[in-house]
Amino acid sequence: MATTTSQPPAPSKKVNRLNLAQADYKGKPSTLCKGCGHDSISSQLIKAFYEYGVEPHRVAKLSGIGCSSKTPAYFLNRSHGFNAVHGRMPSVATGSVLANRDLVAVGVSGDGDTASIGIGQFVHLLRRNLPIVYIVENNGVYGLTKGQFSATADLGSKLKTGVINDLPAIDLCSLAVELGATYVARSFAGDPKQVVALLKGAFGHNGTAVIDIISPCVTFNNHAGSTKSYSWGKENEELIQEVDFIPFFEEIDVDYEEGSVMNVELHDGSHVVLKKLERDYDPTNRRRALDLLLDSDEKEEFLTGLIYLDTEKKNLIDLLNVVDEPLATLPLERTRPPQSALDEIMDALK
Amino acid sequence: MSTQALAGEKERDEKKAVVNDFSIQVATVNGSGSQSSNNVLMRAIFQMGVPVSGKNLFPSNIQGLPTWFTIRASKHSYIARKREIDLLVAMNAQTAREDVQALTPGSAVVYEESLGLDELRDDLVFYPVPFGALAREVIDETRLRKLLANMIYVGVVGSLLSIDKNEIRLAIEKQFKKKAKAVELNLKAIKIGFEYAETHLTKSDPLKIERMDQTANKILIDGNAAGALGSMFNGVTVVTWYPITPSSSLVESLIDYMKVHRLDEETGKATFAVVQAEDELAAVGMVLGAAWAGARSLTSTSGPGISLMSEFVGLGYFAEIPAVIWDIQRVGPSTGLPTRTAQGDVLSTYLLSHGDTKHLLLFPASVSECFDFGGVSFDLAERFQTPVFVMSDLDLGMNIWMSDPFSYPEQPIDRGKVLDAEALEKVGDWGRYRDVDGDGIPYRTLPGTNHDNAAYFTRGSGHNDQAEYTERPEDYSKTMARLARKFETARQHVPQPVVHEEDGAEIGIVAYGTTHWAIVESRDQLRAESDIKTSYFRLRALPLTPDLESFIEKHDRVYVTEQNRDAQMLQIMRMELAHRPDLIAKLRSILHFDGHPIDARSVTEQLLDQEGDR
Repeated sequence: MATTTSQPPAPSKKVNRLNLAQADYKGKPSTLCKGCGHDSISSQLIKAFYEYGVEPHRVAKLSGIGCSSKTPAYFLNRSHGFNAVHGRMPSVATGSVLANRDLVAVGVSGDGDTASIGIGQFVHLLRRNLPIVYIVENNGVYGLTKGQFSATADLGSKLKTGVINDLPAIDLCSLAVELGATYVARSFAGDPKQVVALLKGAFGHNGTAVIDIISPCVTFNNHAGSTKSYSWGKENEELIQEVDFIPFFEEIDVDYEEGSVMNVELHDGSHVVLKKLERDYDPTNRRRALDLLLDSDEKEEFLTGLIYLDTEKKNLIDLLNVVDEPLATLPLERTRPPQSALDEIMDALK
Repeated sequence: MSTQALAGEKERDEKKAVVNDFSIQVATVNGSGSQSSNNVLMRAIFQMGVPVSGKNLFPSNIQGLPTWFTIRASKHSYIARKREIDLLVAMNAQTAREDVQALTPGSAVVYEESLGLDELRDDLVFYPVPFGALAREVIDETRLRKLLANMIYVGVVGSLLSIDKNEIRLAIEKQFKKKAKAVELNLKAIKIGFEYAETHLTKSDPLKIERMDQTANKILIDGNAAGALGSMFNGVTVVTWYPITPSSSLVESLIDYMKVHRLDEETGKATFAVVQAEDELAAVGMVLGAAWAGARSLTSTSGPGISLMSEFVGLGYFAEIPAVIWDIQRVGPSTGLPTRTAQGDVLSTYLLSHGDTKHLLLFPASVSECFDFGGVSFDLAERFQTPVFVMSDLDLGMNIWMSDPFSYPEQPIDRGKVLDAEALEKVGDWGRYRDVDGDGIPYRTLPGTNHDNAAYFTRGSGHNDQAEYTERPEDYSKTMARLARKFETARQHVPQPVVHEEDGAEIGIVAYGTTHWAIVESRDQLRAESDIKTSYFRLRALPLTPDLESFIEKHDRVYVTEQNRDAQMLQIMRMELAHRPDLIAKLRSILHFDGHPIDARSVTEQLLDQEGDR
């Protein structure tokens, strides 16, 4: 329930292009454990939405079940939210966007919700290239049921109880690239700057944007032997590139050294600016993206950044060729064919 | 009164013609194209003004297994399945002998000559026809020859029953529409059939079709197409589905109709979206997501799909989200009799999901009710913000039924209690789950509503009036009590029963859905043959409406008739009438569960049997 009323901001107050303050993007207080990676991601979501100037009423927050799926209550109080069924957020999100194509769908899921119970719906969401920002808050364990391994736990990683994971991890980014997502990134909750840039890029994208964010569980998976802990992440994170974002309403005023950056224009006219680090990587090449992921898996590297981007592919709503207005609120005269149509149909059946 | 249909036992009198009151069964091999032939035969009789009904009894198979099609002509307009077969067309070597053995004495058999069926019995009328050899006269190609052999029997039967050749020609043109080559070939096959019968067969059975005027202005349609039309004319915008027999044709018809009638005039773009989901869980998830965002959305499925939807439907109940779910019921699990009909999902669907859930169920009995409920289901779902199930079945959904043309829905649709930005501005303070009007139904807002107070957070049962998270016992109890109150309000608004009370009748009959047609005929049988008067209460929805109690009160014995083994509706009545043990004591059960549509004779026999024991 929206309790924040829109008082005209005081002149000194910092506001975005919609004249909204960052506080207008806040949610309820979190009930997650202190220090949870997910709370950090919620904060970056608030920041990204605020800085981008997304109208809160246009956002639909969708989630499944689990710690991660609770978080939509902790940002954007002025947006509708739907905490749905375990692993089935993709279908609810699909329905919502079909009903109202003007919605900015933000799905928040976890590794259990996406990689296990929900993997069926996840892969079909990817295949449809539904316009959605799909965030996986990935900590390798089930938190709400107290610390069992999830399907993204790395081979050989250790539970607090000493149990060793003897099955290979499902790489959600590989799945996403392979099955049709058009914006695929990996990040780390301990790297807020990158998270914000990748989120903004996803907001400007017009298809399925999957961001797999390693988000440590401070209670069940933050110990030595875990490959999803803060310290492991901080020690091992390797940036694919430096991600910067320039929204459509700002001029590109930085001069980059020739060949040092890659600048990709997004659907809404915004740009992701990818600054080269050690490797020369082109995220618009699908084959390269899959190679990169396979390679990093073999070398047990923790690569973060923008892995794949395709700005050309049609999304589900375009493919369905639906009218420009939201279907949900079309007036009856546009959804009830005339009497003559029924007469014609009846005559053919006589 | 014609004794043929009513006496139960056939007293054949060759001199006395049996006109427009018999059933034809065509036994063929699945995938042999017999469906077109059967449709042509049925339509030709229909065009002669004679009431008809067709029942396709088909296997779960693409090609090769036996299949039967029954056409009933009834001058009394009885359109339930008739148990006894009067004319068998035996085209399938696999089942021919068994089919012939099952016939009652005096029946007629048209059969492929090489099967030598006439040796089996001497109390039937046999018409051998060399279908294979005749088809070769029309065409050489083996596959087409099989199709044409099926059309030849239409000619043979047409000749034997005196069906107007011209009506058959018109039916063929309708069936094959603009495919000139197909029309020509099939007409040739018909001609060969007629000529063979005229020159080689001597009519020695009493069956005959004569022109009537009972089908003028009627339509022929299946229930799934009717439901699709009802949905299209009542503003459906989002459709999701996972293919499952016998429900697939509902969405397929809807797609076909909407592609023509639901494109925006100016832009040519669709005023609808259809998604074939990855499974039924996703299908219903999409429906809930779309309805949450304000669209009229539906999915269509059958029993196994309903099971998969269970979890989501529970969430829909507690989070109070509209959904329309068509259940085209069939027999049990997927590896069973998935292409046979039943009313077997009633009890489980009524209570589908976990944690005190119950739902609104509609029971269409006819294709026109399928059309009407296409709109009623949405009005109820949006008014009550809850999943609504339309409980059709394979018999209604996939078979072709005669009907008056559907009436154009003139009334506006009911979109329920939705607050838009303007309304929010007026009301000021609101709460998603507050019972403002005392009817248990709260107000909702749609995502995308441009108002600072519009948003709320949707989750299961753990919410208070303001949709805030809570696990407080009093909040939960309050929510549950309000949901129960909402259900009581719905009781007054679901389609009311259709009741026929006979003066002085001791016996009442309760039925629903397709069982209706057997009841109509059985009541006539009971009156004519046994001088038994019955009253009839046709249920059209759950929850039960209060007038059921008064109906039971007025009768000594009430037979609840349904197509399942466990008397599911009777169980629901016992549950809901727990406060009236005197009424429960009057309830009896008539059941039919062999996978075939229920027939009047079976009802009459069971009722008389139980009356004898009383």
